[in-house]
Amino acid sequence: MTTHTLSVLVENKPGVLARIAGLFSRRAFNIHSLAVGETEHPDISRITVVVDVDELPLEQVTKQLNKLVNVLKIVELDQERSVQRDLMLIKVRADAAARAEIMTIVDLFRARVVDVASDSLVIQAVGRRDKLDALMAALDGYDIREIVQSGTVAIGRGSRSITERARERVSA
Amino acid sequence: MTADITPAPVTNAGGKAVAINDAKGATPRNGEVMSGADAIVHSLECAGVTEAFGYPGGAIMPTYDSLLNSSQVRHILTRHEQGAGHAAEGYAAETGRPGVAIATSGPGATNLVTPIMNAHMDSTPLVAITGQVGASMIGTDAFQEADIVGITQPITKHNVLVKHAQDIPRAIAEAFYIATHGRPGPVLVDIAKSAQQSNVTFDWPSQIALPGFNAGAKPHSRTIEEAARLLATSRRPVLYVGGGVIRSGAADGLRRLVDLSGAAVVTTLMARGALPDSHPQNLGMPGMHGTVPAVAALQKSDLIVALGARFDDRVTGKLSGFAPNATIVHADIDPAEIGKNREVDVPIVGDLKDVFAQLVTALEAQHLQHGKPDLEAWWQQIGAWRETFPLGYTPTNDGHSSPQHVIQRLGEIAGPEATFVAGVGQHQMWASQFIKYERPNSWINSGGAGTMGFSVPAAMGAKVGDPDRLVWAIDGDGCFQMTNQELVTCAINDIPIKVAIVNNSSLGMVRQWQALFYNERYSHTDLNTGHGTARIPDFVKLAEAMGCAGLRCETDADVDSTIEAAMEINDRPVVVDFTVSADAMVWPMIASGATNDEIKYAKDIAPEFDRED
Repeated sequence: MTTHTLSVLVENKPGVLARIAGLFSRRAFNIHSLAVGETEHPDISRITVVVDVDELPLEQVTKQLNKLVNVLKIVELDQERSVQRDLMLIKVRADAAARAEIMTIVDLFRARVVDVASDSLVIQAVGRRDKLDALMAALDGYDIREIVQSGTVAIGRGSRSITERARERVSA
Repeated sequence: MTADITPAPVTNAGGKAVAINDAKGATPRNGEVMSGADAIVHSLECAGVTEAFGYPGGAIMPTYDSLLNSSQVRHILTRHEQGAGHAAEGYAAETGRPGVAIATSGPGATNLVTPIMNAHMDSTPLVAITGQVGASMIGTDAFQEADIVGITQPITKHNVLVKHAQDIPRAIAEAFYIATHGRPGPVLVDIAKSAQQSNVTFDWPSQIALPGFNAGAKPHSRTIEEAARLLATSRRPVLYVGGGVIRSGAADGLRRLVDLSGAAVVTTLMARGALPDSHPQNLGMPGMHGTVPAVAALQKSDLIVALGARFDDRVTGKLSGFAPNATIVHADIDPAEIGKNREVDVPIVGDLKDVFAQLVTALEAQHLQHGKPDLEAWWQQIGAWRETFPLGYTPTNDGHSSPQHVIQRLGEIAGPEATFVAGVGQHQMWASQFIKYERPNSWINSGGAGTMGFSVPAAMGAKVGDPDRLVWAIDGDGCFQMTNQELVTCAINDIPIKVAIVNNSSLGMVRQWQALFYNERYSHTDLNTGHGTARIPDFVKLAEAMGCAGLRCETDADVDSTIEAAMEINDRPVVVDFTVSADAMVWPMIASGATNDEIKYAKDIAPEFDRED
């Protein structure tokens, strides 16, 4: 199994996310993560899907996605030529004794503390998946109360825009 | 690298707005203020609809009220929404025009689910219109509310919920466009009752703008040339013809390619009639119950050219053992089919009409260069298979009629101009095997979905679409008991179809598997409809109760005269109860999960086509 990041540009209409998620489950494709949001063009949403597949099924994934009437364009984003980020919020128990140690880890990973209570901290970490995994490993042993994380979002490096052509098609 | 994996630019959609080609449609009354319900009916008129099948109910009542005013749309009230859906499919298969089914919300809509799924599997153009509860009630578990858009999402080509009256004309225009362009399929338009009751200034779109819809690419000349080179140079070529040839209306192009190439041809269950069975290169149906020559030719071929086929498991058997030495050319309008099951050497995406036109030209050029290929050894080999393993059956030894004999005689007496519509099971396989099909659309059945009960309503739809055509439903006693209520619809609406019940008093195909794979433990397959049973129901009396003529035939000697008697009755539907032996089996057969090399010609008889090399 290999991991692939797909940017799927879709018409910003109700139910499109359900269509895409449904297609993945019924075709037995594994979704690693999924993130959705509007683009610079209000009629176009961008769904970033990280899938676990081998090459041949990936072709099936994209072909089947392309058959959905609301899907405008699919681009695979290579790790090296793109910026890929996840966001994670971690609530950790931090009494006076542990607090300094945890703060050191937060600094090391260039994460931030975004909420402080008398006995807990909420850490906000942004980065590539492997960096967030390393942070979690470093926090192993502390009392993690809650974790919430976004799906991966990704954008290609350089000046080229993948939404440009799709934008023309939608406004045509 | 950043790879754009959107398919190649498409010809008639994919961003560019395209004019709708619906010359037969009514002139749109643009600018006229009307109710949403009137807009639905007028949209159907603008889309060229002349017949629709359906069933009213609360959430679609405004539309039914408007239907009374339409002189163009003939609405046929079925006795069940499933019947309406299958009738629309039969209509589409017979005419090539999209079928239309109308139902109310909730259970009305869910009763359309089976036909929609069936149309999805067999690429049948179908537009389903369903009423939905009022927009303000959606999501409240209102009376007869069902999320039919959610329910049918995996089994439609596209579907949409319309909450505002002004969106109705465009939604219906797009539904017909999507259902009929590219690979055909079902589209559902779910329309809130409140939208039907609001007023709208009618505006039929002159153009369809679907930026994400790919209606199909033009075949790539490089892959066409490669396919032609392979056809000109291979020694054991087979054209593997699927239902796409029929749906595309490309039988003429196929015929030219067949004659020019000299290749062997197999026609799948969905493609029977795409090439006449009388054509010397046609080896018949491949697959689980295919002919030995068709199965053997695929297994031994060095080149398979798949044309509108999808390497279904019922054709390939165990995939890893399918045609191990064949180079694969795969032409289909749906790029997702190419390489889905079997890895492909030469992919061709496009409408088969275009594929055939270009391939014939390219092959002629290749013949000039390479000469015609020497296929004599191949045809000798095929000839030997044909001689040793013709389609046939052993007469029954219980004194009852052979179902194969009944079906074969029906085909011969009704003739190639008739349309035959089957249910699902043994009778379907025999009807595919023992009737000689000479023209496309003369064979209508439920292939991919295997929907029991398809036959009677689909035959009704076919007859509505082509009233002068002789339409025979060939049904089993199990299938018939699922949907026979549509004979009432036929009798009342003057739709005189003919139904042959091949009555073996059991669920024959399941029973066959029980005999072969479950130690003859016949769990719940006895239907008690045949000779020597309680005969509940009595199909003759049932037919008569539904306003049809009912005939019964119990011996081989009476088969011809009964068919002829049925052919004489044209003022009402006819049902013939052919009671036949319950022990007849469908042969040849490849057991589920076995490779095609393990085909059995009859019980315990394995052909030796594989042992010479």
